[in-house]
Amino acid sequence: MALDKIGIAKRIAQELQDGWYVNLGIGIPTLVANYVPEGMTVEFQSENGVLGMGPFPFEGEEDADLINAGKQTITVNPGAAFFDSATSFAMIRGQHVQLTVLGAMEVSQHGDIANWKIPGKMVKGMGGAMDLVASAENIIVAMMHSNKAGESKILPACTLPLTGVGCVKKVVTELAVLEIKNGAFHLIERAPGVPVEEIIAKTAGNLVVPEFVPEMVL
Amino acid sequence: MNKVVDHVSEALTGIEDGMTIMLGGFGLCGIPENSIKELVKMGTKNLTCISNNAGVDDFGLGLLLQRKQIKKMISSYVGENEEFERQMLSGELEVDLIPQGSLAERCRAGGAGIPAFFTPAGYGTEVAEGKEVRVFNGKPHILESALTADFAIVKAWKGDTEGNLVFKATAMNFNPMMAMAGKITIAEVEELVPAGSLDPNFIHTPGIFVQRIFKGAVFEKRIEQRTVRKRA
Repeated sequence: MALDKIGIAKRIAQELQDGWYVNLGIGIPTLVANYVPEGMTVEFQSENGVLGMGPFPFEGEEDADLINAGKQTITVNPGAAFFDSATSFAMIRGQHVQLTVLGAMEVSQHGDIANWKIPGKMVKGMGGAMDLVASAENIIVAMMHSNKAGESKILPACTLPLTGVGCVKKVVTELAVLEIKNGAFHLIERAPGVPVEEIIAKTAGNLVVPEFVPEMVL
Repeated sequence: MNKVVDHVSEALTGIEDGMTIMLGGFGLCGIPENSIKELVKMGTKNLTCISNNAGVDDFGLGLLLQRKQIKKMISSYVGENEEFERQMLSGELEVDLIPQGSLAERCRAGGAGIPAFFTPAGYGTEVAEGKEVRVFNGKPHILESALTADFAIVKAWKGDTEGNLVFKATAMNFNPMMAMAGKITIAEVEELVPAGSLDPNFIHTPGIFVQRIFKGAVFEKRIEQRTVRKRA
């Protein structure tokens, strides 16, 4: 069965490593923070200027001066730090943040990503996405395999304006975990009960399928 | 030299039609809200505003947009504002969208005397159009230029009579770099204290970057996305 958003977040959480600094985008990526494996310490960075992000505040304890990049009120954990926007992007550009998880509208088999602009529609801006994808060592895209019209978002080449080129290493969708290398998507795992044929049918880009494709263990 | 002014109207003296202004803040967090309201009163027009966001319809820079005081916005993300959308789609408002890290660094560079720098952000995208590309360590980078402004308006938690500033939590954001990049920098603060009251070890923005400072009359500090969890 295809995963829900929580399933995708749980699978991505398995990629975390102890001691990593991680930047989570808005949407499904934010949920990853809820599934950090037991006994592991991971610090979450938000590009508006905080390391050591904690859970949402209790009602009545919101602080207008303490938000995340999605402009949501947050708290911080012991050992947190605040800093300005230039320092924040020094952490990102300078590859001090080990993992970036973000959403996408399209990903190509060359690791290109489009997630900021749809021509003809209101352009909201790229925010920090271009800086994040240009520099992160590990970028995992959390997305649905197809768009609302049922068209594959896993493509030979992106059709929308790009956010970054050749940067995405891994994609986790409701159907599969895909690794991107040598100009192709490589099917690493499938969601429990999802047949390989369904993944092949819904993937427009070049897909390399090994003889045996294990199911995700969530 | 006395940097302290009593009233916001005095602090904003000299801001004229057609000028370029930097305004600190991320979303509605850490914005100079007293100064923005005063700019509305002043009615200054044709402004170029450099700010990470453009406020919401009825708060922050949205107030200046409503009155069509802004000619051009230089921002990284402007998604929360319907009037902005209308003016942008109709061509009334010029918009320059810049990756957030490049925007921060361009302000920092402007204040630090660095005319331009290379960054990987935006390479291969429309942001790179018309910009010089150079390869460093096997990776392509694009040339981005520094930003400065006629006035920078920042908001701090505490400030002293020397103009030293301390910010609170994530209300720091773009304020320190913009303070550096203004030809004249105006700081509005929640608490204005005598020189010597702030520990010099914990100053975020040294007073050399601040020309005028005043205590804001009212800080509404509106929250854009109130998110809470239930008590167990």
